[in-house]
Amino acid sequence: MGAVAEKPLVDSRADFPLLERQFEGKRLVYLDSAATSQKPRQVIETIERYYRDSNANIHRGVYALAREATELFENGRERIAAFVGWDTASTIFTKNATEAINLVAYAWGRENVRAGDEVLITQMEHHSNIVPWQLLCQETGARLRYLSVSDQGELSLDELDSVLAGGRVRLVAFAHVSNVLGTLNPVEEITRRARAAGAVSLVDASQAVPQMPVDVRELGPDFYVWTGHKALGPTGIGVLHGRAELLREMRPFLGGGDMISKVEFASSTWNELPWKFEAGTSPVAEGVGLGAAIDYLSVLGMDAVRAHERELTAYALERLPEVDGIRVFGPLDPDRRGGVVSFALDGMHPHDIAELCDREAVCIRAGHHCAQPLMRSLGVAATARASFHVYNAREDVDGLIEALQKARGVFGL
Amino acid sequence: MDALYRDYILDHYKNPRNFGTLEPHDLEFHDHNPLCGDELGVHVVVEDGRIAELRFHGQGCAISQAAASITSDELIGLTVDEVERLDADWVIDQLGIDISPTRRKCALLSLKVMRGATTGDPSWPE
Repeated sequence: MGAVAEKPLVDSRADFPLLERQFEGKRLVYLDSAATSQKPRQVIETIERYYRDSNANIHRGVYALAREATELFENGRERIAAFVGWDTASTIFTKNATEAINLVAYAWGRENVRAGDEVLITQMEHHSNIVPWQLLCQETGARLRYLSVSDQGELSLDELDSVLAGGRVRLVAFAHVSNVLGTLNPVEEITRRARAAGAVSLVDASQAVPQMPVDVRELGPDFYVWTGHKALGPTGIGVLHGRAELLREMRPFLGGGDMISKVEFASSTWNELPWKFEAGTSPVAEGVGLGAAIDYLSVLGMDAVRAHERELTAYALERLPEVDGIRVFGPLDPDRRGGVVSFALDGMHPHDIAELCDREAVCIRAGHHCAQPLMRSLGVAATARASFHVYNAREDVDGLIEALQKARGVFGL
Repeated sequence: MDALYRDYILDHYKNPRNFGTLEPHDLEFHDHNPLCGDELGVHVVVEDGRIAELRFHGQGCAISQAAASITSDELIGLTVDEVERLDADWVIDQLGIDISPTRRKCALLSLKVMRGATTGDPSWPE
């Protein structure tokens, strides 16, 4: 298939020194970016510089240093919002995507979902987009329903239409890109149908924002959540983009400092957006660091990032079938999926595959990927998963194939 | 030869001893490893206070399946009290390989379900 993804999209030697590490003399092949991405030097240095030169608590300090820290943090928010085409004031920082979903499940869900209502999710969700809705439904008496996943790893809009036609769905929550199958879901189609049926929509974009251009306004959800550490940023910071009308009506999620306007003995009034949902001292260095990650991705250009991921995925989908006894899950068309490929090998459990890949310093994930309902519908207990980012190149896929062949040899297959 | 996937480990994985179900049985327990979703159940027949027969069933990695198979013959003939006294080190000794912290629960799942069936204690062996 020619010279695709022959090199990483970035100068990984200069920007990702971790990837120069060797394990028992073998070059590290990092294929677990769907779990967490590596961080470029530019992000690490920005965080270090923040602590070294600019650290102060934000928002309340009147001195110049506190103003500087506040500006670094809030400018980061502005660039992060602009990166996905959303308003700064409706862009809320959370701990991670999981907390962002919980925020919506508590602050919106507890006020708006009642017994007899339905919450609609899909069988390909990560546990973080299942369990908060289970808790909500258990508390309110609402019914949790699941859209099924086809053998090709895709959702059916017809099935969505028929569930929405029942008139009871209050919320539709789904992944932009599946963390197991890689499926790229038709977000615009789903959010438009949800809105037409009077339902609110939430999109878990943890696997999308890091690897493709995103315009949240075009996609049309009411809530759109993602996490920093999969997008070349630090851990400890996630993002919730919400529709301002909904965010203004919602009750706070966590109570504490920074989220109040006025505190009386008996009650308080809430700060404006976005701070109403950001109780306590914010993850300041993390916000500044995520800003640097977005800058790094912006310089690369998200179209180029997506094209690189697509090439690597296409190359992996081409080469994986060379391994005897392999079963690859998810859409076969690289245009319909993101940079993550799950597979199983006959006669070997995914844990053993990952353990033997590690002997070759090839890092892949094995297990249920926090998607146990999906594993059940695929009819497996676990899968092995390889995922890509800008620092990967085709030689990493070649390394994976070699490691898989060797692993089969160890098992006498 | 591989230090972890030794021939006898792979042999027990591919041809597990005392594997399947037992009907009727006196005791049973079923559990999973929450980290990876591996599942293992056990059926036990007790005669005169001793384990007369047992069958493990489920699916999992080579380490969890081999641990179940290798220990199964040793478990037959023990009293419930004796099973209760077995610990993690006993399983690791039986396996005869170094187990990394990430694979420890794989190795211990079979003793966990065996103790669950015989003593009612569902906790992870230590």
